[in-house]
Amino acid sequence: METAPKPGKDVPPKKDKLQTKRKKPRRYWEEETVPTTAGASPGPPRNKKNRELRPQRPKNAHILKKSRISKKPQVPKKPREWKNPESQSGLSGAQDPFPGPAPVPVEVGQKFCRIDKSRKLPHSKAKTRSRLEVAEAEEEETSIKAARSELLLAEEPGFLEGEDGEDTAKICQADIVEAVDIASAAKHFDLNLRQFGPYRLNYSRTGRHLAFGGRRGHVAALDWVTKKLMCEINVMEAVRDIRFLHSEALLAVAQNRWLHIYDNQGIELHCIRRCDRVTRLEFLPFHFLLATASETGFLTYLDVSVGKIVAALNARAGRLDVMSQNPYNAVIHLGHSNGTVSLWSPAMKEPLAKILCHRGGVRAVAVDSTGTYMATSGLDHQLKIFDLRGTYQPLSTRTLPHGAGHLAFSQRGLLVAGMGDVVNIWAGQGKASPPSLEQPYLTHRLSGPVHGLQFCPFEDVLGVGHTGGITSMLVPGASEPNFDGLESNPYRSRKQRQEWEVKALLEKVPAELICLDPRALAEVDVISLEQGKKEQIERLGYDPQAKAPFQPKPKQKGRSSTASLVKRKRKVMDEEHRDKVRQSLQQQHHKEAKAKPTGARPSALDRFVR
Amino acid sequence: MNVNQVAENLALSHQEELVDLPKNYPLSENEDEGDSDGERKHQKLLEAISSLDGKNRRKLAERSEASLKVSEFSVSSEGSGEKLVLADLLEPVKTSSSLATVKKQLSRVKSKKTVELPLNKEEIERIHREVAFNKTAQVLSKWDPVVLKNRQAEQLVFPLEKEEPAIAPIEHVLSGWKARTPLEQEIFNLLHKNKQPVTDPLLTPVEKASLRAMSLEEAKMRRAELQRARALQSYYEAKARREKKIKSKKYHKVVKKGKAKKALKEFEQLQKVNPTVALEEMEKIENARMMERMSLKHQNSGKWAKSKAIMAKYDLEARQAMQEQLSKNKELTQKLQVASESEEEEGGTEDVEELLVPDVVNEVQMNADGPNPWMLRSCTSDTKEAATQEDPEQLPELAAHEVSASGAEERPVAEEEILLREFEERQSLRKRSELNQDAEPASSQETKDSSSQEVLSELRALSQKLKEKHQSRKQKASSEGTVPQVQREEPAPEEEEPLLLQRPERVQTLEELEELGKEDCFQNKELPRPLLEGQQSERTPNNRPDAPKEKKEKEQLINLQNFLTTQSPSVRSLAVPTIIEELEDEEERNHRQMIKEAFAGDDVIRDFLKEKREAVEASKPKDVDLTLPGWGEWGGVGLKPSAKKRRQFLIKAPEGPPRKDKNLPNVIISEKRNIHAAAHQVQVLPYPFTHHRQFERTIQTPIGSTWNTQRAFQKLTTPKVVTKPGHIIKPIKAEDVGYQSSSRSDLPVIQRNPKRITTRHNKEEKL
Repeated sequence: METAPKPGKDVPPKKDKLQTKRKKPRRYWEEETVPTTAGASPGPPRNKKNRELRPQRPKNAHILKKSRISKKPQVPKKPREWKNPESQSGLSGAQDPFPGPAPVPVEVGQKFCRIDKSRKLPHSKAKTRSRLEVAEAEEEETSIKAARSELLLAEEPGFLEGEDGEDTAKICQADIVEAVDIASAAKHFDLNLRQFGPYRLNYSRTGRHLAFGGRRGHVAALDWVTKKLMCEINVMEAVRDIRFLHSEALLAVAQNRWLHIYDNQGIELHCIRRCDRVTRLEFLPFHFLLATASETGFLTYLDVSVGKIVAALNARAGRLDVMSQNPYNAVIHLGHSNGTVSLWSPAMKEPLAKILCHRGGVRAVAVDSTGTYMATSGLDHQLKIFDLRGTYQPLSTRTLPHGAGHLAFSQRGLLVAGMGDVVNIWAGQGKASPPSLEQPYLTHRLSGPVHGLQFCPFEDVLGVGHTGGITSMLVPGASEPNFDGLESNPYRSRKQRQEWEVKALLEKVPAELICLDPRALAEVDVISLEQGKKEQIERLGYDPQAKAPFQPKPKQKGRSSTASLVKRKRKVMDEEHRDKVRQSLQQQHHKEAKAKPTGARPSALDRFVR
Repeated sequence: MNVNQVAENLALSHQEELVDLPKNYPLSENEDEGDSDGERKHQKLLEAISSLDGKNRRKLAERSEASLKVSEFSVSSEGSGEKLVLADLLEPVKTSSSLATVKKQLSRVKSKKTVELPLNKEEIERIHREVAFNKTAQVLSKWDPVVLKNRQAEQLVFPLEKEEPAIAPIEHVLSGWKARTPLEQEIFNLLHKNKQPVTDPLLTPVEKASLRAMSLEEAKMRRAELQRARALQSYYEAKARREKKIKSKKYHKVVKKGKAKKALKEFEQLQKVNPTVALEEMEKIENARMMERMSLKHQNSGKWAKSKAIMAKYDLEARQAMQEQLSKNKELTQKLQVASESEEEEGGTEDVEELLVPDVVNEVQMNADGPNPWMLRSCTSDTKEAATQEDPEQLPELAAHEVSASGAEERPVAEEEILLREFEERQSLRKRSELNQDAEPASSQETKDSSSQEVLSELRALSQKLKEKHQSRKQKASSEGTVPQVQREEPAPEEEEPLLLQRPERVQTLEELEELGKEDCFQNKELPRPLLEGQQSERTPNNRPDAPKEKKEKEQLINLQNFLTTQSPSVRSLAVPTIIEELEDEEERNHRQMIKEAFAGDDVIRDFLKEKREAVEASKPKDVDLTLPGWGEWGGVGLKPSAKKRRQFLIKAPEGPPRKDKNLPNVIISEKRNIHAAAHQVQVLPYPFTHHRQFERTIQTPIGSTWNTQRAFQKLTTPKVVTKPGHIIKPIKAEDVGYQSSSRSDLPVIQRNPKRITTRHNKEEKL
C-alpha cells in the first residue's frame, strides 16, 4: 500500500522508490533513446493522462487521515534502458555494458502468444513442418517484440486503498476530491438539470465528449473535460436513449417515435423511420453498426457507414428494453422479461445462445471489456456474474436490497450498479478477475434515482445520469491508463480525427463476421472443405489424396515370383487390418472407461445393502 | 544338246528378251496352260530358232589356241556342271605369294558377317535424347540446393549480387581530403598539433600515457600497504607455528574448549538471527556424525583407550575418562531424529491439522475409492456429531485452512510454533540437566569437546519432547474420535450418498456453513457455493447415464431451481437507497415473499426447459421412414404396417456430435452454422498442408499493425521479392553461388546443339 507520509508516522518504505523513480539527468552527449514506434502505443502527450489521482498534497495532510488515495505503484526502472547506440561504441572503443537485445521475461511474452500449442497436430510432412516452424518462430518473435514494447506503457492505473481495516466504501467523493490535484478534482462535477427529467448519457469512444438526453427532450453534447458545450437542443419529444456514433461528430438519439441522428451542432441529419419506438441504442465501433432495440420486439442493425439496415431480427420476447454489447465479439446481449438473456448476431435469425439468468425478468445486463464476464440483475433483486467462456455459469451471486436497475463495467473490470438513488461499485483483484461482490469498493448517493450509467474511457470517472441531472464521480482505478493513440486518442485534433475516420472505415469489419468466437475467422471451414473434397472425388472418379495401394518392389534372384509378390501384398494388407482392429478395440475400451461411473467401485459388501 | 545349252546360256544372258517373248508371241499363250516341261522345251526351241536369225545371232567364240588375250565375253562354263567361283579365277596354277595377301583379304571379307541395318531415325533420336537428358540433369542437379534456398528464402532482393559498400578506412578518407576552407584548415591544424587520433580509441598518446601513469603518492601508498600486508602475514604464520609446537595437552584442551564455546555461542545467535545458516551448521554436525561412524575414533580401539582400559580396574579417573569417551561416541553416532528444523515444523503442523480433524474423517478420505457403505454412513454421522460437539466455527476454518485456537485441549499450529521457539530459548538450561542425567556425575565437570555435539544433543532432546507431545495428543484425539463412534446414530439419508462419495468433508462443511450463515456473517466462504452447485448439477446426470429420460429432466429441473434459488447473501452497502429504509432482515424476508408471490404463476424454469427440449429436438437429424403402407399386404382403411417392416425400412440418421449445451442446464446454444461468416473462412487447404489444423496454426497470429508493434508488422508484411528500380536483373551465374565457371560453361553448349555432344558420346563409346 502506498501511503503518503503521515505526520505522526515514520516514513513508509516506498519512499526511497519515489526517489529512484526521479528522472536521471540527461547529458547532451548521451543520445536520446528513441522509443521504437510501437503500433500499439504511440501517441502524443501520454504523461498528461490520468494523473488526476496522483498524491500531490501538502505535507500537512490532516484532511484525510483515515485513508490515502494514491496512484502509480512505482516500479523501479531497469537501468539498462540507457543503451549506447552502436556507432558510439565503435568509435570510442567503449564496451556495451549490456550487449545483445534486452531479455524479456517469458510470462510477459506469453501474454501475446496466440498459437495454442497444447493442441496436438497430426503428423506432417517435412515441408509442412518447416512452414509450421516458421509460423511459430514468427509468433515468438512478434510476441517478444510486443512484450518489449510494454515498457512504453508508462502509466499505471490508479487505486484507492483504505488503511488497515478501513472500508474504502466509506470514503466519499468529497474526500477523494480533496485528496487529488486540481485538474482531477475538476473532473468531479454535478449538473443540476431538474427540469427535463431523468437523463441517459454516453461518453464518446475517446472519453473526451459526453452526450446526454433527458426524458423530456433535452439533448446536449459537450467536451466534458473543458466543459465546452457543443450543442444543446430540445427535441420536443421523449428521449429514450442517446449514443455517439463512431466519432463525436455524430449523435444518435432514440426518440419517442423514430430514431434521429444529429451532428455536433445539433442539426438533425437523419430521421430513420425504419427504426421506430427504439428503447435502447448500442453502437458497435468496429462494424459501424448501430444496434437498436425497440418496443415492438425487434433488434435492428443499422450500418451507419452506408445507411443501410443490415438486419432486423425479431426477438419474439416482447418489449426489449435491456441491451448491452460484448466489446470482445460485438455480440448484442438482450435481457428479457422471462429471466433469460439472449445473445444476438446480425448474421443469424435466431439467438446464438440463450441463458436463463433470473427467476424474474432481467433488469440490466453488462459485459466487461474482455468479454469474459457478464453481470445481470433481475427483478428477483439478485446480481449475478456469469462466465461467458463457454460455460455460462454464474460465478458469484448477491442479493441486493433493492435490486440493481443499471449496470456497467469499466475498462479495468470494475462493476457499477445503480440501485435507486445509490450507486455501488465493486472491484476485483486484478484486471482479468471478476469483481468480487462482497465488499463495495465505493458507494455514492445521488440526488435522484439513477437512470443511466457509464464509465468514461481512459479517465477514472463514472458518469451517472439521474433525475436530478448528471453526476461525474471519481473512481480511482476504473479505466485503462494507457491509450492507443492510433485507435482512440483523447487528445486528437480535428485532422487526426478525420484521418482516423478514413482508416477506420477502410478497416470496417463486415457485419456477418459477428459470432461468439471472434477468432473463428482464423479457422478453416471444415464442412465446406470436406464437401469440396467429396465433390472432387466424384468428379475425378478417384481420390487423388488417397493412399496408393501397396506395390511390392521387384526383387532379384527369383524372389520376385508371382507367388511371393502376392504373399508380400497379403502381409501388408494383414498388417493394416490388424492396425484397424487394434484401433477400434482401443476406442471401445475408451468408451467403456468413460461410461463407467467414476466413483463407485463394486465392493463385496454391496450384497448386504438394502 | 549343244544347241540347247547355248540356247540356255543365251536365255540367261538375255533375260529381258525372254521375258518379253511371250508377249510378242501370243501363240505361246495357248501353250502356257499345258505341261510346264513341254512349255520349256518349246521355249528353248523358239529361242534356238530365233538365234538362228541373222541379226541376233552371236558368234560363239571358240578357243582353238592358247593366247594371253582372253576375251571376257567368250568365257563360258560349258562342259562343267558347277558354278565358277571367284577364287578359282584368281587361283593360279601354281600358288603365288603375290596373290596370298589378296586371298587373305578376301577370306576376311567373307568371314565377316553382314553389316547390321542402321536403326531407324526415331530410335536414334530417342537414344540421343535420353543420353542428353541424363547428362544435362546431372549438370543441372548442382543447382538444386541453390534453387531450394531461394524458394525458402523469406525475401529475395533482385539483382542478386550485392554491391558491397566500399568502406574505406577513415584514414584514407582523411588523407585524400584536403582542407579548403579556413575553418577546416584550422580544425586540421588543431588535430595534427595534438596528434589527435582519428580512429578508435579516441585518446591521444599523451592522454594514454597520463592515464597509465600513477601519481607518486599513490604509488607510495600502495607499496606501503602491500608491505604491511606481507608483514602481518608473516607474523601470523610465526604465531601459528609457535602454538603448534606447544606440547602441553592441557593447553590444547583449553584452546579447544574455548573454540567450542565460541562456536556454540555463534550457533545460538545464528539460530535466532538466521535460521537458514543455522541449518547449514546442522549439516556440519551431521557430517561430524558420519565421520565418527566411519572412523570409530571414540571407540575403545585406540592406543590411548586400550591403555585406559587396562588402567580402569585400578584407577577411578581412567574409568571415568573411558566412560566419557564411550558416551561421546554414543552421542556422536546417534542418529539425528529430524534433519532440519523447518521440516520438523511442517511435520508438526501437519500432525496437528490431522489431529484437529476427527480420525474418522481421515478414514473416509482413505476409503474414498473403495467405499464401504456402512463405514461411510457411520463416518458421516460421526463427522456430523463431531461438528455439532465442537465449536461451530471449527469446520469452516478447516476448509479455509486457517487453523486457529478454539478448543482448550486442541492446540493450533501457531501455538506449536511458539512452543518450539520457547524450547529453543530454554534449550541451554535443559541440555545441561539432560547431560547431567546422561553422563554420570563425574562427567558433569567436563563439557563437550565440540560445540557441534552439544547442539546435536539439544536438538535430539527437542525432537523427543515434541514427539512425546504429539503422541499424547494423538491419543487424546483418538479417544475423542471413539466417543462419537460409540454414539453412532442411524445412517444418513440415502440421497446424500453420491455427494458424500465425491467429497465428504467439503460438503459437510458447506452444509454447516449454510446453517451458520443464518446467524453469522460469512462473506469469505460463500463464494465457492454457486460454483459447487454448478458442479453438482453437472455431476448428477453423469452419475446415472442410463436413468430414464424423464427422470433426468426432473433432475435438471431440480438443478435449475437450485441454481436460480440459491440463497445468495445480501450486500450490506453503506448507502441504502432512500426508498427502503426498513430493517434489512425484515425487508429481505418481505421481498422474498413478494417475489414468490409475483412469480408463482409463470414458471420460468419450466418454460425454459420446454424451449430447450424443442431446440434439441429440432437440431437432431431426422430418421427417414421408407415404409409404404399396403405394399405386400392387404390394403384398406386403418392400415398399419407391421413393426418389423417399419424397422426394416427405417433409415436411422447418424447421431450428430454432442450439443455444446449438453451439460449446461440453463443455456441453449444454437447449433446452426453461420453461413455468412463461413463464406469468409478458408475453404481450400493450400499446398503443403494436409490437415486443416496444421494450416490453422500458421494463420493464427494476426499480422495487422493493430495487434503488432510497428517493427513486427513490417517484418510480417515484407514482400517476398524486392526488385530495385533501374537495375538489370541478370540470370544467376555459377560464380554468384560459388561454383567454378568451367562447369557452368558447358551448360549453354549442351543447350545449343545437343546433337553434337551425343555424336561425341557415340565416338567415345566406340573407342
